[in-house]
Amino acid sequence: MALLLDRCNDSYALLLLNCRQGKVRLTKWYSTYSQKERTKAIRELSGVILSRGPELCNFVDWRGRKVVYKRYASIYFCMCIDVDDNELEVVQIIHHFVEILNIYFGSVCELDLIFNFHKVYYILDEILIAGELQESSKRAVSRLIDAQDSLVEMAKEEASLIRSMIAQVTK
Amino acid sequence: MSSQGGWGQSKDFLDLVKSIGEARSKAEEDRIILRELEALRRRIAEPDVPRRRMKEYITRLVYAEMLGHDASFGYIHAVKMTHDNALPLKRTGYLAVTLFLSEDHDLIILIVNTIQKDLRSDNYLVVCAALTAVCKLITEDTIPAVLPLVVDLLAHRKEAVRKKAVMALHRFYQRSPASVTHLLPNFRKTLCDNDPGVMGATLCPLFDLITADANSYKDLLVSFVRILKQVAERNLPKTYDYHQMPAPFILIKLLKILALLGSGDKQASEHIYNVLGDIIRKCEPSSNIYNAVLYECICCISSIYPNAKLLEAAAEATSKFLKSDSHNLKYMGIDTLGRLIKISPDIAEEHQLAVIDCLEDPDDTLKRKTFELLYKMTKSTNVEVIVDHTIDYMININDNHYKTEIASRCVELAEQFAPTNQWFIQTMNKVFEHGGDLVNVRVAHNLMRLIAQGFSEDEEGADSQLRSSAVDSYICILGDPKLPSLFLQVICWVLGEYGTVDGKYSASYIMGKLCDVTEAHLCDDTVKAYAISAIMKICAFEIAAGRKVEILPECQSLIHELSASHSTDLQQRAYELQALLCLDCRTVESVMPLDASCEVLEVDKNLSFLNDFIQESIEKGSSPYIPESERPGMSSVSNFRRQNEASSHMLRFEAYGLPKPSPAHLIPQVSVSTSTSNLVPVTEASYYRESSQASKVPSVTDASSADLGTKLRLDGVQRKWGWPTYSSSGQSSTSSTNGVSHVDGVSAQSRDTLYDSRRQQSEVSAEKQKLAASLFGASSGKTVKRATSTHRATKGNTGNAERMAVSTAINPETSTEKAAPPPDLLDLSDDAAPTSTPTADPFQHLQVLIGATPVDNTVKAVGLESPNLMAFYTDIPSGSRKTTSTIHSAVPSIKKAPLQNDETARRVCVNPTGNNPNLFRDLLG
Repeated sequence: MALLLDRCNDSYALLLLNCRQGKVRLTKWYSTYSQKERTKAIRELSGVILSRGPELCNFVDWRGRKVVYKRYASIYFCMCIDVDDNELEVVQIIHHFVEILNIYFGSVCELDLIFNFHKVYYILDEILIAGELQESSKRAVSRLIDAQDSLVEMAKEEASLIRSMIAQVTK
Repeated sequence: MSSQGGWGQSKDFLDLVKSIGEARSKAEEDRIILRELEALRRRIAEPDVPRRRMKEYITRLVYAEMLGHDASFGYIHAVKMTHDNALPLKRTGYLAVTLFLSEDHDLIILIVNTIQKDLRSDNYLVVCAALTAVCKLITEDTIPAVLPLVVDLLAHRKEAVRKKAVMALHRFYQRSPASVTHLLPNFRKTLCDNDPGVMGATLCPLFDLITADANSYKDLLVSFVRILKQVAERNLPKTYDYHQMPAPFILIKLLKILALLGSGDKQASEHIYNVLGDIIRKCEPSSNIYNAVLYECICCISSIYPNAKLLEAAAEATSKFLKSDSHNLKYMGIDTLGRLIKISPDIAEEHQLAVIDCLEDPDDTLKRKTFELLYKMTKSTNVEVIVDHTIDYMININDNHYKTEIASRCVELAEQFAPTNQWFIQTMNKVFEHGGDLVNVRVAHNLMRLIAQGFSEDEEGADSQLRSSAVDSYICILGDPKLPSLFLQVICWVLGEYGTVDGKYSASYIMGKLCDVTEAHLCDDTVKAYAISAIMKICAFEIAAGRKVEILPECQSLIHELSASHSTDLQQRAYELQALLCLDCRTVESVMPLDASCEVLEVDKNLSFLNDFIQESIEKGSSPYIPESERPGMSSVSNFRRQNEASSHMLRFEAYGLPKPSPAHLIPQVSVSTSTSNLVPVTEASYYRESSQASKVPSVTDASSADLGTKLRLDGVQRKWGWPTYSSSGQSSTSSTNGVSHVDGVSAQSRDTLYDSRRQQSEVSAEKQKLAASLFGASSGKTVKRATSTHRATKGNTGNAERMAVSTAINPETSTEKAAPPPDLLDLSDDAAPTSTPTADPFQHLQVLIGATPVDNTVKAVGLESPNLMAFYTDIPSGSRKTTSTIHSAVPSIKKAPLQNDETARRVCVNPTGNNPNLFRDLLG
């Protein structure tokens, strides 16, 4: 699986997760591509990345850009960047993202990402905006995500309270 | 079972995700999703869908869209969802629209109002959600609608909102710099924000601004340096630390900015030296993030005004990178070496063997990077070795994009540094042969030009030698059946111009060859055109020399065939040739002068030579000419064309219409040849403009044959003039203002036999050293030890890391049974608090777990020694379960059900939450 992100000069990015067999788990495209282009890009990239051996470097050239990828268990996280970006930094940004996922899900596994892909999107939006790193503090990110979650929870509890009140009244 | 749990997913949804996970092929996956979409299309259109269920439908649409299917029927529902007052629904709506809608989508206009409302909300989370959407959806047209609101948010009490507002403004700047120019001072203000997150975010727009215009921000340099110092001295909150490194991402961004500000500015650079030195010295040299920062430091050092001490440190760091076992670091080392040799070229010598090792590395990425480095360090002494190597490499590349690039690099180097004409021609042949049609058309034109103009200024002999060697090699090559079209064009042109000049080959021999070419490439009209023109030239030279031209039968049939061709261009050329054959010796000589391809053709656009003729006609009573535009009641072609131009110009503003064909294509005879040739699109326009000019002129003017003649000979010549820019820079630039334009080529300084001798070496290591010597020009005595295949020894930490990542814990007991999990359990993951406290280092947690459970040895060892590894799948429960870790690289992801069980089990025992799942079930069940 791979997660792909692309930070070019205009910081447009794409992001996808695909599995060892090339299955896509999550994609995020920061610039406009048609579905056809997306499918083509994913096919090309998974072909390139999945065929690379474990000891090679984590960067590949692709259509005049660079793709940085890192493998975690069966998942490849990939990020497409501009030629003059700092590749090592991008590897660390990916790692930063994974650490935050790990904090959020508690040792995160592939299933967490599959079943909670919308959560992953929310977390990603807190870390990267338009392909640029917007927050580098893990605590700040998780605090914000928690705030959003607890608000959701509060709304839910409120609703259930009202529901039960109505139920009591109508009894 | 319908939806249950307040904001979790229904069983349907979980089943969907699961079945996708278990799908064995792409086709199966597609089938599932299509079925799902069909169901959703029906259900989403039902009246009175409960909002919560609608939310789930939207999430499912997102899923389908993510897997590459079209869910556009649901877009409008996602847009509607953003209007909802409840935050969870609103967030889902915003998430869906940011993922669904491209920036030019019509529906965006419907969201703008909602965004405006949400930006004013009291709830900062709503504002945050809206700002995230703003970054994706607001385009140039809609910026004014939200801009004032976003600017107000820069003073919001919550730092998260301020940060996002800055990012949104950054986005606005990227989309339309003009719309936010008046706000630039605001960025300076947010740079001083109390919150490091806001400050860090501000660096993104500032970086863009400084990239565009460094000079207006020089005054900020001191502040940046101060911030950098503060960051490096760990004055930021501890939460910004990353692997014991203080706020590295902010550090890197700052270094990038300083590199821009200090570039070529001695005074500014002096401010930077100290802090750079501090950072290099202070950082822990072990972690990956340190290397990222170090790399950025080197980039900065190589960009600012050079400082000897820092350069030394940079060189040291580079050699550390190159000597590393990690391919990543080697790659970075090659990159930094490329930067440093620009400043001090001697640096490369020390690392020559490391570079050679990288060149022979199995890792293609590293290889490419190394070739890039070689390209940067090419000199006239090592050009032969480098270009030969590059071409050898080029032969095996599959990636067209990269092949094109590397081919043009070879050509550039060959043009700049070619030691001999012979070598140059041979190199170009190789590039064309292997690069095929990927080579830029301009390269072909440059080659023709070079052969025509020659390398040296005064040695006419050398030029003719160049030409005859070109002709010789082309005659040899022509036997090859699979030559790319572009190369054939060059060959035809050269044979036409110079094939018979030195008398080595007879005219009929060359013409026969040219006829063979057209026969072998029946569908390539461009090649045919080149060939027939070449034949015409040869005939002309023969006639002019007073010899009798004997037209071979196959040549005759070729002319016959082409004069009936569908391509008017080919027809034209064939008729011209036939006409030429009937002309007498003197006329032909002035029509087709020998070796005159470099003469400047003066096109008299006013057609002044016709003045006498016109005068005469008017005197005879003809009516004078009225310009088209002044003619009444005529919708003239030019008017039509102008309108067309104007409308196509207008289209650009309206955005994203289909491109109108450019006016040049409106000329009918040209468009015929458009369809037949497959040139690179960029060049097409100019090519056809020329050829249209070429073919139009004779048909219009029926004047003196001399003028007609010069215009007839446009096939090769004109095209060359169409490329006034000479691609390579520096020494080999041309001045083609008058007929005798020249390239002041590089005279071969040393045609040393290093390369040849290298070839003969049988012993591998000696060969390598030789190669190094020829590349770097070092004395062979200096090359000392040779690391025997260093790259093969890279089985260090990285290898272990990967192996570690592969290792997976599965529970053998549960893996056989495949019970469906209770659907509500997974929901817990949503509201469950993170298992570990956010501040705790997850690795410590992991290490403890690994240490406590019986794990495979490798896993354990690596896990302990390299703290930066995450353990996906090694989700060892802190409680009851007994697990065994196995290395299972081949196990596909189908083990989901048992894993899911583990998952839920873990969640249940680890996260006792206050929420009773039954509560939700009551609520919506």
